[in-house]
Amino acid sequence: MSTPTLTAATRAVTDPPAPAGTRRLFAAGAPDLAHHAATFGPLPHPDSAALVDEVQAAGLAGRGGAAFPAWRKIASAQKRAGTRDRVVVIGNGAEGEPMSAKDATLLQRAPHLVIDGLLLAGAAVGATELYLYTGAAALASVRAATLERSDARGIVLREAPDSFISGEASAVIHSIEKGRAIPRDHVVRLTTSGLRGRPTLLHNVETLAHLALVARYGADWFRSVGSREEPGTRLFTVRAPDGLRVIEAAGGVSIAEAVSLAGVDPRGFSAVLVGGYHGGWVRSEHLGRPLTREALQEFGAAPGAGILMGLPVGSCGLTAAAQIARYLASQSARQCGPCVNGLPELASVLTRLASGRRDPGLPAEVRRLAGIVTGRGSCHHPDGTARFVLSTLTAFADDVEAHLAGHCLGGAA
Amino acid sequence: MSGQTRLTTGARAAATHTLHIDWTACDGRGLCTELLAGLLDRDEWGYPRALGYGSDVPVSAAEEEAAWDAVALCPRQALSLRAAPRG
Repeated sequence: MSTPTLTAATRAVTDPPAPAGTRRLFAAGAPDLAHHAATFGPLPHPDSAALVDEVQAAGLAGRGGAAFPAWRKIASAQKRAGTRDRVVVIGNGAEGEPMSAKDATLLQRAPHLVIDGLLLAGAAVGATELYLYTGAAALASVRAATLERSDARGIVLREAPDSFISGEASAVIHSIEKGRAIPRDHVVRLTTSGLRGRPTLLHNVETLAHLALVARYGADWFRSVGSREEPGTRLFTVRAPDGLRVIEAAGGVSIAEAVSLAGVDPRGFSAVLVGGYHGGWVRSEHLGRPLTREALQEFGAAPGAGILMGLPVGSCGLTAAAQIARYLASQSARQCGPCVNGLPELASVLTRLASGRRDPGLPAEVRRLAGIVTGRGSCHHPDGTARFVLSTLTAFADDVEAHLAGHCLGGAA
Repeated sequence: MSGQTRLTTGARAAATHTLHIDWTACDGRGLCTELLAGLLDRDEWGYPRALGYGSDVPVSAAEEEAAWDAVALCPRQALSLRAAPRG
């Protein structure tokens, strides 16, 4: 159910037309305010309740990885508006995942859209404090953008450190409060108690940019691109031989299509890691699957933050996975015992398997350790790492057998 | 990425409370695993583990008193107990 009143009330006939096709977030073509204004028109000032209805009708899901419905968070924070503790809104542009570049790219190419989204979210929940948290390079671009407009002066910019878990919600709060981006124990939602105990609305920066578009053009426009499960466009980071490429594509495209749109030939891959280092492997025969939660569930994968990392034909999936597992173990915040102890052990057993140790007990030991660490940390780092290694055993089951028999299907070893 | 992982949906029957483990505080002293021997085991590094559960462990009425003791006596103040949501 869409509410046409929102756009009717906020759009003037002289405003530029809504972007057509899948080039939405990057439609302005340049990061400055003049291009932004010429493409998207002025920042609308919708009624708070109408905006939430519109975001719900649009089906906008969080783009930081968890895909939580954006309207729900805003609605929860709205319930807290007007209480003694004013709501805090944080735009999360920390992108600790080494295979992700979409948030930094968005902030560098379309900072004003993210700022619009942050201001709209702030207005919707009556926030008095707005933060934007991201890495150094993107922060410089945002700073330049805030200086171009008078309504963004109140946004506090905070630099995210370059660590895998810097973008985890409680680590974001901790970083802004105390300067250390490490997760902390939490038993209530951030919208109840977040920054300095105040109700906190934390959205990924891409989510905020889409919010700025939904506020202008409405739910029907948003849904006019993408699939029923994955409405709208979304950003993907695709690993290419020369580095990471960021594309905007219709939600629900297949893995192969998304990779091709980035100018990379999916036929060169024996598998694609979908969802990043906490994601799951999808073998080449399944690359026609759409990037939806339903279609990827059986691989332990999800579109997540839109990361697609291909494994080139001829390289060993177990070796690649063991390297990632060792990296993930090194990125533990070293606070929670099962993570501190379990992740290095998990990585070590997977490394032994990858390096050709012919011990038939190794796969079972990987599974056992994955089971021990899952759910036993203050953040989901152990869970995501366990999911990733379990996906490795499943996707490369044939190569696991081969390694235990003394050879490697990937080519090496 | 907020909230805790719930490993199973088939929560133990008759759970009246939930024992929450703050892993950032716990350093595996093991007192809780002695007081709640039927509920908590220790993993190979000494940290408390309830099979099938992560950071939030259902506690029955019979275990409640021992759970309160564990909360009070944990040298790292890593445990908290709260009433389980009804239904």
